[in-house]
Amino acid sequence: MRKARAAAAVTIVSALAAAVTGCGGGSSEGGSNESPKTLTYWASNQGPSIEADKKILTPELAKFEKQTGIKVKLEVVPWSDLLNRILAATSSGKGPDVLNIGNTWSASLQATGALLPWDTKNFDAIGGRDRFVDSAVASAGAEGKDPSAVPLYSLAYALYYNKAMFKDAGITKPPATWDELVADGKKISKDGKWGLATEGGNLSNNIHQVFVLGKQHGADFFDKDGKPTFTSDGAVAAVKQYVDFMAKDKIIAPGNAEYAQNQSLQDFSKGKTAMVLWQAAASTFASQGMKPEDWGVAPVPVPSGVPGTGAQTNSMVAGINIAVFNNTKNIDGAKKFVKFMTSDAEQTLLNKTYGSVPPVKAAQSDPAFNASDVKVLKDTLATSAAPLPQVANESQFETTVGTAVKGLWADAAAGKPVTTESVKAALTKAQQQMTP
Amino acid sequence: MTATVTPSSGHQAGAVEKTDNGGARGRRFLPRIPDRIRQGGLPYLLLLPAVVLELLIHIIPMVIGIWVSFRQLTQFFIRNWGNSPSAGFDNYKVAIDFDAPIGQALLHSFLVTCAFTVLSVGLSWLLGVSAAIMLQENFRGRSVLRTIFLVPYALPVYAAVITWAFMFQHDNGVINHVLHDQLGLTDKPSFWLIGNNSFIALVIVSLWKSWPFAFLMLMAALQNIPRDLYEAASIDGAGIWQQIRKITLPSLRPVNQVLVLVLFLWTFNDFNTPYVLFGKSAPEAADLISIHIYQSSFVTWNFGSGSAMSVLLLLFLLLVTAVYLFITSRGRKGSDV
Repeated sequence: MRKARAAAAVTIVSALAAAVTGCGGGSSEGGSNESPKTLTYWASNQGPSIEADKKILTPELAKFEKQTGIKVKLEVVPWSDLLNRILAATSSGKGPDVLNIGNTWSASLQATGALLPWDTKNFDAIGGRDRFVDSAVASAGAEGKDPSAVPLYSLAYALYYNKAMFKDAGITKPPATWDELVADGKKISKDGKWGLATEGGNLSNNIHQVFVLGKQHGADFFDKDGKPTFTSDGAVAAVKQYVDFMAKDKIIAPGNAEYAQNQSLQDFSKGKTAMVLWQAAASTFASQGMKPEDWGVAPVPVPSGVPGTGAQTNSMVAGINIAVFNNTKNIDGAKKFVKFMTSDAEQTLLNKTYGSVPPVKAAQSDPAFNASDVKVLKDTLATSAAPLPQVANESQFETTVGTAVKGLWADAAAGKPVTTESVKAALTKAQQQMTP
Repeated sequence: MTATVTPSSGHQAGAVEKTDNGGARGRRFLPRIPDRIRQGGLPYLLLLPAVVLELLIHIIPMVIGIWVSFRQLTQFFIRNWGNSPSAGFDNYKVAIDFDAPIGQALLHSFLVTCAFTVLSVGLSWLLGVSAAIMLQENFRGRSVLRTIFLVPYALPVYAAVITWAFMFQHDNGVINHVLHDQLGLTDKPSFWLIGNNSFIALVIVSLWKSWPFAFLMLMAALQNIPRDLYEAASIDGAGIWQQIRKITLPSLRPVNQVLVLVLFLWTFNDFNTPYVLFGKSAPEAADLISIHIYQSSFVTWNFGSGSAMSVLLLLFLLLVTAVYLFITSRGRKGSDV
């Protein structure tokens, strides 16, 4: 009985806090300057651990305090908690001053009105919108609205491959088209070894992959008015193509269907799988004992073999943005802090540490971002990546379509046929579950 | 607060004198409570903290939850949730429209939960009662066995369930290793965490988690049955099965009534097991209602509809509990006569 009320009650616990403190809602103009000497910052967990993040960020925050006299209280929040923490903070009005958000949440969080909109005036306070890569800013909020955050660390997908396994199979260069990828995968997939890896149980990863394949089939999953179009021919073809890597082409191990905790990277490191589509995997491979010369990086395949825009899109724009909470009591300080974090020097340093790409153009010239793997990510971001649909119910999209794809992986793994009809049925159900 | 220190004229003077003469020194710092209240009101006064906490922790959130179920509370209004637009009965209509996808999915997860609960509670009880009866006899190693049986009950749920999740893994899990590699019972390794088998996995973990509680309760209840009843019965020629049927089970009846109800409520609302086993999105065959509601509220950010679903669930559980209590209390009266 206690838990019967859980869903209702838990929703409310945060809300109750708001009722008690009499908060909730405020001006849309953003916070005040009541306490100009302190800031609270929720950083998302970027590095291998929360402790590592603290170690990386603390000296930078000290630098900021020295420059401005503003003390920053840091809290590193794990990914699994971050969205719910933001939600609770939104409903209670008691949040941090500055926070990191995943860029796919931008439009959803923008709809809550909890984040400071980055209009021209606010962008000018941090050096202007032109300093940032276009695709990164495009992933920071709905089209036609002021972005709800500023890009901080950018990422894109690439194809990581195991050089030794390629050599053993007589493959001389990484695949540039999907046909080549399937052919290569078939050469490798035998004797307990597999061509490609996936994370079938990870809803977000499913979404990232089918979104890109959808682009290649001319499908967007949402129309111009933000209405879901999950069952369009292109979307169905994209999902089918992806699941067919296991169901029909048999280049993905059936066990991948239940992966959700990055087990596919372990398989890659152990030499069980030859290829994986991932964002900035270098540090993970290193931590799992792989040497940099063991693996190579290539752009994710596209139909024509040459990545570009439209049907040659080969990555979603991934990354972390930095946002200011509308209820902040130190609006000027918060903007100064965003300016500091997006300054050329900090961008170079932090992105180098985290293995991501700076969304600030000037910082990209550092040689560190021209090393082979990061360069592929950087070029992808600049020329052939597209942001996920920036719609308010993006998180519903991830759940419904991500779950549909997860179910199709389960079918494929169990040897059940995956057909255009079964894919369409799964996507129809997903679309029907979207509430307006 | 210091008012008590100043001696006041009037009928309470005696009391002040008494405190000053100092049996209990601290007492003079307490506000003076008239005898009338002290005698009649003290119980209420002592209950007050509990009432306040009950209000804060259960009643108020519940009332707000019911209120939210009548609002259109999505991400657009979460920041100013007090002013979210009214939804009337829309959230309820959507939830119980079993021809439409959302209602259908809710009904499906409700039925899955019912099947899961009946299986898990039934088997937990059966296992609990068998183990408790077996361990009634004194034999070497009995206390060791008792301790081992209680281990699942003592382990933190999260750690235990995540261990099960590892064991159920397709490629590296010990369960497939034993069933397939060692015993050769299956043609190929099975999937336990996706597809239809996930229901079986869920029942197994739930059973493992809840039967020790049944065992503990029933073992305690068995201690209260006088041994001479059994001795008399066995002198009269009753076999072990007859003894269990005629003596043990009837004596366990009051404990069983509470036990089954508690297990039912816990199992029906179990959130931890499916969440740790399957994550945010459970396979269709194991889509328990608690996860389903969580998804509606927190993953897809539709708090109004999620609250409506939990209110419906609460009503269902209240109904079941009421019917159950009615039936069992009537049964008890009958047997007492």
